Amino acid sequence: MSNKNTQKDPFVRIVRRSSMPIPLAWTIRGISMLLALLLSALLIYTITKLDPIEVYKSMFNGVFGNKMRSWNTFKDVAFLLCISVGLAPAFKMRFWNIGAEGQVLMGGIATAACMLYLAALPTPLLFLCMIASSLLAGALWALIPAAFKANFGTNETLFTLMMNYVAIQITSFLVSKWENPFGSNTVGIINSLTRAGWFPSVGGQKYGLNVIIVLVLTVFMFIYLKYTKQGYEIAVVGESVNTARYAGINVKKTMIRTMLISGAVCGLAGFVAVSGASHTISVDTAGGRGFTAIIVAWLSKFNTPMMILVSLLIVFLENGADRIATDFGLNEHASEIISAIILFFVLGSEFFINYKLVFRSKREEVTE
Amino acid sequence: MQNNIAVRFENITKTFGSVKANNKISFDIRKGEILSLLGENGSGKTTLMNMLSGIYYPDEGEIFVDGKPVTITSPKDAFSCGIGMIHQHFKLIDVFSAAENIVLGLDEKGNYDRKKVAAKIKEICDRYGFNINPDRKVYDMTVSEKQTLEIVKVLYRGADILILDEPTAVLTPQETEKLFAVIRNMRDHGKSVVIITHKLHEVLSVSDRVAILRKGEYIGTVDTIDATEMTLTEMMVGKKIELDIERPEPENLREALSVRNLTCINDEGVKVLDSIEFSAYSGEILGIAGISGCGQKELLEAIAGLQKVYGGSIMFHPSDGKKSKELVGKTPRQIAKLGVSLSFVPEDRLGMGLVGSMGMTENMMLKSYNSGHSPFIATRKPKRLAEKIHDELEVVTPSLNTPVKKLSGGNVQKVLVGRELSCDPTVLMTAYAVRGLDINTSYAIYHLLNEQKKKGVAVIFVGEDLDVLLELSDRILVLCGGRVSGILDGRTTTKEEVGLLMTKLGGKVGADNE
Repeated sequence: MSNKNTQKDPFVRIVRRSSMPIPLAWTIRGISMLLALLLSALLIYTITKLDPIEVYKSMFNGVFGNKMRSWNTFKDVAFLLCISVGLAPAFKMRFWNIGAEGQVLMGGIATAACMLYLAALPTPLLFLCMIASSLLAGALWALIPAAFKANFGTNETLFTLMMNYVAIQITSFLVSKWENPFGSNTVGIINSLTRAGWFPSVGGQKYGLNVIIVLVLTVFMFIYLKYTKQGYEIAVVGESVNTARYAGINVKKTMIRTMLISGAVCGLAGFVAVSGASHTISVDTAGGRGFTAIIVAWLSKFNTPMMILVSLLIVFLENGADRIATDFGLNEHASEIISAIILFFVLGSEFFINYKLVFRSKREEVTE
Repeated sequence: MQNNIAVRFENITKTFGSVKANNKISFDIRKGEILSLLGENGSGKTTLMNMLSGIYYPDEGEIFVDGKPVTITSPKDAFSCGIGMIHQHFKLIDVFSAAENIVLGLDEKGNYDRKKVAAKIKEICDRYGFNINPDRKVYDMTVSEKQTLEIVKVLYRGADILILDEPTAVLTPQETEKLFAVIRNMRDHGKSVVIITHKLHEVLSVSDRVAILRKGEYIGTVDTIDATEMTLTEMMVGKKIELDIERPEPENLREALSVRNLTCINDEGVKVLDSIEFSAYSGEILGIAGISGCGQKELLEAIAGLQKVYGGSIMFHPSDGKKSKELVGKTPRQIAKLGVSLSFVPEDRLGMGLVGSMGMTENMMLKSYNSGHSPFIATRKPKRLAEKIHDELEVVTPSLNTPVKKLSGGNVQKVLVGRELSCDPTVLMTAYAVRGLDINTSYAIYHLLNEQKKKGVAVIFVGEDLDVLLELSDRILVLCGGRVSGILDGRTTTKEEVGLLMTKLGGKVGADNE
């Protein structure tokens, strides 16, 4: 036992944890959040010499400072959540639908078209048209890559991604066709006088309906994925196509049906964005949310109720960052650094929940 | 330190999560001996050897090579200590030639000198009695040739201690004998050879000493001369076990399934099944033997409706004398709708038979979830079934909702077999039903199969252990290169006869196109 010190053990090794009690996992997540805030505070102070507490205060203020800001936040969360919920069934099936951006745009275009051409219809009928057409448009945009994958085994990631650009081009063509006033190259607020096809305010809140629709959708999607036969099929196909075939599941049918649902919900998000929020259509209607929703879906491990929390966090970070940028005259990128640090720590905490580090010194204690 | 000790383990401990794979293991490997490392699946044999070959690093304890303590953190470290391991799954590059695979990863200075390498390979081959062609590409090689190449590769690196992980699992009896001859040759040249195995008769025929592990603990080492199958099993399992498989006489034989002229072609255009003809009778166990990849998987999948059939027919004959039904061209669900109760335990348990991320309850409904008209899944029945299987087959799981992929291999198999037996099959197909299971569970499964046979089920049993096939089956169908090379009576045939048919079609050499 004399030559123990001559051995060169690895300094640190990564070992997978068997399991971790849920309260402890949440404690780790909480601690990592605190650490993120501390590190950002340090960074804020060293770079800008601003009081970090003030910065955080203004961040919170910008997001939940008053009723209007809060509702604005809820509107943003609802939109992001709606797309994430749309991605949930596809991702659960391991069908990497990164075409939400395009599906949202198609839904938005359909809604805008209804608002423009069918404004004379009675309100319930108009809404029915908008909902139906946005669902159809989103579903169609998802059906194309799904059908190709089911029949020819094409790669869905590339395909859905490309479909985004087609959707953007279509939008930009229609914007020039529908532009108002002439030469502005924007569609402008549609039906700004009649407000035909605009969401009615609910309980005095103009974004109330957005939140209600999306929350109901979230609950439905949760039930659909967890308790229905189709939800079960999605889970089996996602786990292993061979197992699905063995179980007698029609894989092609499941794939196409699931993508129709996924696309339809994303299309509905376009409807909510156009009819319920912006009342216009442009290439920025989706605004990259189709991609942010991918992060939301993964961070919440495709669990729909969890998506509410995660989209809230992401919207909070983004809107908060905007706020401090204006409040303190910071460069926008400076505030983005803060959100990046927080996201990084949130992701990093998952590593420590799943793995532990074993250091050399610990090993020697054990052997001696 | 004694001179004849090649490797000494001292208090080696390795844990994975909460599982102690190896607990304070200490023993020696001598120079110039063949040591069998015997233990059931999950007893920690491979883990221990992986630490010697640099794949894992021990949590505690020390390894001495030639009396000096060593730190092995990578296979490279292992080679510099003269240790080489031949893994169960070969680590070769298919498109490279034998010689290229051998020199791959070596840090030799200068250019790749083809002649020098070939000469050195030839020298190794001559010394130990191997036979390989250095220019042959790996994709042209048989499994046995690939294994030989792996051994030569390790010897080329100057290994004095060779570890072979389950080397005979993929070999025919004849190839196994050849391998054992080479291993004995290496021992006589002073090499230490460790064979990881759980096959008792091989242990007895080839090794000098046997080290036994059980559930991560070191039980002891015995000289092979003093050992018998009974004593070894007792050390391995921890209690006496009846090693006889019963074989009741088949009763009321009735043709349940007839396969005629069945041909399947895979995506690459290769005939994976070629004019297969046989019948399966209810009340008997039909064993299927063959080197792995000779069409066993495709045959079962074709019957289950999972394989595209190019030609031929599979007729199912119901017991109530109704009209026979054609299964070719039907999906699994259509087959089930015909009223054909077909149970299938596929080879790939988590990739085909079960959903790894789901718990026992959810796996119970895999085939039955679609019954009834409600759009919602009914969980009451599957839950009751899960509880029943959990109790009757003694499945060890934290809860019925624990993902089955977190269970041990034996428990996963119990869940799958339990579900497949629960639906009262007329035809039961199992592929490698006991692969990875401990002896107790294996015998429990044989017992279950015999029970089904007595109930009048037509059992088709694809196996890899010829001894078991010979003891369990009423008839044995031997596949070779996608063809039936013979159907033998399980009571009268011999291992050699089966082995010969596994490599040659009805005595003729014809399987070289693989």
